[in-house]
Amino acid sequence: MANGNFETTIGLEVHVEMQTNSKLLSPSPVHYGDSPNANTNVIDWAYPGVLPVANKGALEYGMRVALALNAKISPFIRWDRKNYFYPDNPKSYQTTQSQTPLGTNGYLDVKLENGETKRVRIHELHVEEDAGKNTHGNDGNSYVDLNRQGTPLVEIVSEPDLHSPDEAYAYLEQLRQVILFTGVSEAKMQEGQMRADVNISIRPYGAKEYGTRVEMKNVNSFNYVRNALIYEEKRQAAALRAGEKLVQETRRYDEPTKSTISMRVKEVADDYRYFPEPDLSPIEISQDWIDEVAANLPKSAAQRRQYYVDDLEIEPYDAEVLTQTLAMADFYDQTVQAGADPKRAANYLIGDVNAYLNKTQLELQETKLTPANLAGMVKLIEDGTISTKQAKKVFEAIMDGEEPEAFAKKNGLVQISDTAILLPWVTEVLDANPQSIEDFKGGKDRAVGFLIGQLMKKSKGQANPGVLNQLLMQELKQR
Amino acid sequence: MTFNYFDHDLSDLHQKLLNHELTAQELTQATLDNIAASDGDVQAFLGTNGPEALQQAQELDEKGDFSNPLAGIPMGLKDNLSTKGLETSGASKILAGFKPVYDATVVQKLQAAGAISVGKLNMDEFAMGGSTENSAYQKTTNAWDHTKVPGGSSGGSATAVAAGQIPYALGSDTGGSIRQPAAFNGIVGFKPTYGRVSRFGLFAMASSLDQIGPLTRTVKDNALVLNAIAGFDKMDSTSVESEVPDFTARLGQGIKGMRIAVPKEYFEEGIDPKVAQQVKSAIEQLRELGATVDEVSLPHTRYGVAAYYIIMSSEASSNLQRYDGIRYGFRSPDAKSLEDVYVKTRSEGFGDEVKRRIMLGTFSLSAGAYDAFFKKAAQVRTLIVEDFNKVFNDYDLIVGPTAPTTAYGLGEEINDPKAMYLADALTIPVNLAGLPGLSINAGFVDGLPVGLQLIGKPFDEATIYQAAQAFEDATRWFEKRPAVAEKY
Amino acid sequence: MAETISRDDVAHVASLAKLAFDEAKLDQFTDQLTDILTLFETLSEVDTSAVEPTYSVTPNVNHLREDVADNWHQKQELLANSPEEAADLIKVPAIIKGEDD
Ligand SMILES: [Mg+2]
Ligand SMILES: [Zn+2]
Repeated sequence: MANGNFETTIGLEVHVEMQTNSKLLSPSPVHYGDSPNANTNVIDWAYPGVLPVANKGALEYGMRVALALNAKISPFIRWDRKNYFYPDNPKSYQTTQSQTPLGTNGYLDVKLENGETKRVRIHELHVEEDAGKNTHGNDGNSYVDLNRQGTPLVEIVSEPDLHSPDEAYAYLEQLRQVILFTGVSEAKMQEGQMRADVNISIRPYGAKEYGTRVEMKNVNSFNYVRNALIYEEKRQAAALRAGEKLVQETRRYDEPTKSTISMRVKEVADDYRYFPEPDLSPIEISQDWIDEVAANLPKSAAQRRQYYVDDLEIEPYDAEVLTQTLAMADFYDQTVQAGADPKRAANYLIGDVNAYLNKTQLELQETKLTPANLAGMVKLIEDGTISTKQAKKVFEAIMDGEEPEAFAKKNGLVQISDTAILLPWVTEVLDANPQSIEDFKGGKDRAVGFLIGQLMKKSKGQANPGVLNQLLMQELKQR
Repeated sequence: MTFNYFDHDLSDLHQKLLNHELTAQELTQATLDNIAASDGDVQAFLGTNGPEALQQAQELDEKGDFSNPLAGIPMGLKDNLSTKGLETSGASKILAGFKPVYDATVVQKLQAAGAISVGKLNMDEFAMGGSTENSAYQKTTNAWDHTKVPGGSSGGSATAVAAGQIPYALGSDTGGSIRQPAAFNGIVGFKPTYGRVSRFGLFAMASSLDQIGPLTRTVKDNALVLNAIAGFDKMDSTSVESEVPDFTARLGQGIKGMRIAVPKEYFEEGIDPKVAQQVKSAIEQLRELGATVDEVSLPHTRYGVAAYYIIMSSEASSNLQRYDGIRYGFRSPDAKSLEDVYVKTRSEGFGDEVKRRIMLGTFSLSAGAYDAFFKKAAQVRTLIVEDFNKVFNDYDLIVGPTAPTTAYGLGEEINDPKAMYLADALTIPVNLAGLPGLSINAGFVDGLPVGLQLIGKPFDEATIYQAAQAFEDATRWFEKRPAVAEKY
Repeated sequence: MAETISRDDVAHVASLAKLAFDEAKLDQFTDQLTDILTLFETLSEVDTSAVEPTYSVTPNVNHLREDVADNWHQKQELLANSPEEAADLIKVPAIIKGEDD
């Protein structure tokens, strides 16, 4: 393989912030970007005497992820405390699930670049709370904002089934998409909504024991993960070839140099003194409850793609684009449901709508476009009410929230397909242009173009080109 | 106005307020005067809030609504109950001057009832101790003998009631911290069933064991206060949604036919023979009142102290990690680095007993010790629960001594932690099993009160009150007054 | 079981608990903890091989809160109580890089 005689083993622990309305253990809002500590209360600050109450929504979001990752949902859960001191950790313990995680024994099928599909086993996944945020001043102080503290996280722990940086990358991409389609998170990397703790070790092929493990925490870009792993593979192999001993340590990825830097060597394992959280009631999850959550689970990207290709006859590539985000896929589904021609609706979303989003830097759900309006416009095109050329104006209007039919009418953007109106115009134009009729009969096709041009002018561009063409040919032949 | 709580119970005060024989302001002022007259001797209050209390009393008088049985009547709160804007330190230096920004649920409930809080009561630091000597601030004395300890950790609450400063106080009980000081001071102290009273706003020591409860002079007073503070609270995941009965409803019904069990283990190790004798005659009294009394066995009693100290200290070590000098309270002025903020703040802010329990708990949870200590203790806890369940299949109540001795001298045991821990042996199992337990005065040995403990089935507080009231009615020990009562 | 606790163990536990003791206190605590551990060790007499642990006696199950946000607007009071704050943030001496978990 890429690394000589060594086999690489990679394990990933991925944290995803779940976009609930309120925090895991307090009713404070979960909202990114507010002023420091605006979304905090006495519970978030771990005031003396406060008690947590767990958020049902967060638990159900965790169940969605468990279902999407084919995990077995535990029928009984007790929360646990993970004890450690840190300024962004107000209780000095994190509320998590260690002894009884929400889900176990899942898997994710990952499509690799070579076209193969690899099944990566998920050891477990659990719900826990996020920490606050520290910023480091250059005045010798650090500053703590607890807005993020208590945001529900789902942590997904893979089995050591990944054997190359590319596999790790593909796993993360696939995992992100699966999570996106559960609707629990937009998993925006740049906002830290998805972060990976990476473990890597190498060992000679055939060795029984895993090699010494290096850990990198909170890497928040898939490319960084890949680069860090590429660097580590090489560094560890070089060290082993040189007869050096690797140490168990925490390292950090440094983007400018695309290398990793040692942070601290673990001489003794951390002692988090986990124990069951006595302030929260245990949770029993019945099959009925699981069924209820499953019923609300959005269809996965893969399920949707299959439906688009098989039933709606969409090109596989287009289906891929439509399922890049849950918002786009949902929008597409609703547009088709509203009666739009699937292919035309897909083309608009992939083409004009995406271009609009790129230009305005808006998210689809931030625009005024609705599935009903897009479907309305597509229908106007399909039934010949407007031309594709007229549709350009209608498109601009529906992006501004206008109703397409009303807009077209108000602005005279209505195509004339009525032969009773068109026929007199055809007769008129033919009568005025005998030379063109001659030319046509002499086999010069150009003449048709000229005549159509005259007719479009006469109709102020509103004539339905298809109908007009048909009518003209019919009349020409009779002359 | 001179006024003496030994002449009035809560029902009596309620009637007088309703009939306008007394105003809330007069009562509050008299209470503050009595505290001023006696607190030099008993040191029960860490702080009083006279102006706020009088203001509240005035508002009540103006409104004139005394329909609630507690309206217009003063009381005191243990200093580990969060009171918005009023200093609450848990008697710890690490929270010196700390003003909470929210009220505990029980405080909200009492306020809604029109109760008037006159101050915060001394305790062992973070409720850790059995003598109130672990307070970072002052030494409370026993109401009956000011050279003796008041018991603990709710020592301030017990002494203030026993000394007639206030008619009732709230305390908290993790391993006996309401019942033992109640016993040492000869009053009624009740730890309700785990989950009966919301813990929201109680500075946590051990979350699976802590309960808030009332300390009063009489059984009926106690039931009235529990009526006001009991009930489900959505803010406390361990508070129970079951219906709260009127705890006074079965008072006066007697105990004829009641089946009472007396565990032989409660009279074994370390019990003072005179205390044992006094308790036995109290039990005899119960028999004379018509109860059937049998000796039973709770075989795992002797492991209670060890299991308790492991579980309690483990939970406490974690609960007290929030006192880190970062967000509120004391931060060591010498802290230069972040590590200093933690280590110096905690080392300077906590007293020795708190540190000892943090150390025990941190150790019990640590990687090599978890199975042998924490988990083992949790398993033994199961056996203790099962012991009780078996007895309660056949009996309505379990009765025994509250404490193995009467109040001991100030400074006598404070330096022997293990001996102090063993002194809780008779109250601890009740917390481990989450049962309701009440201590009532069962007479005196050498001038000091002896406590009789009544333990009931989960959520069957009413039976305990019924029996305790029958006993009280027959013995009327509560009428005896300590010398300090002459100050009013 | 026969767990004992050495002076070094006590020092290690103290570091986990963010406590520091001088030499004399360390000795005193080692003695006292050793004494208390002998009490704890009496539990080894009890056969618990088939006994489930009890971590809580609450009969409650699934006490959960609906996912509804409610801002209590306590920010100013909370910041006012903090030992040091600046620009609505809690101020602490520098977190040294690498301490970061
Ligand atoms: Mg982890
Ligand atoms: Zn985690």
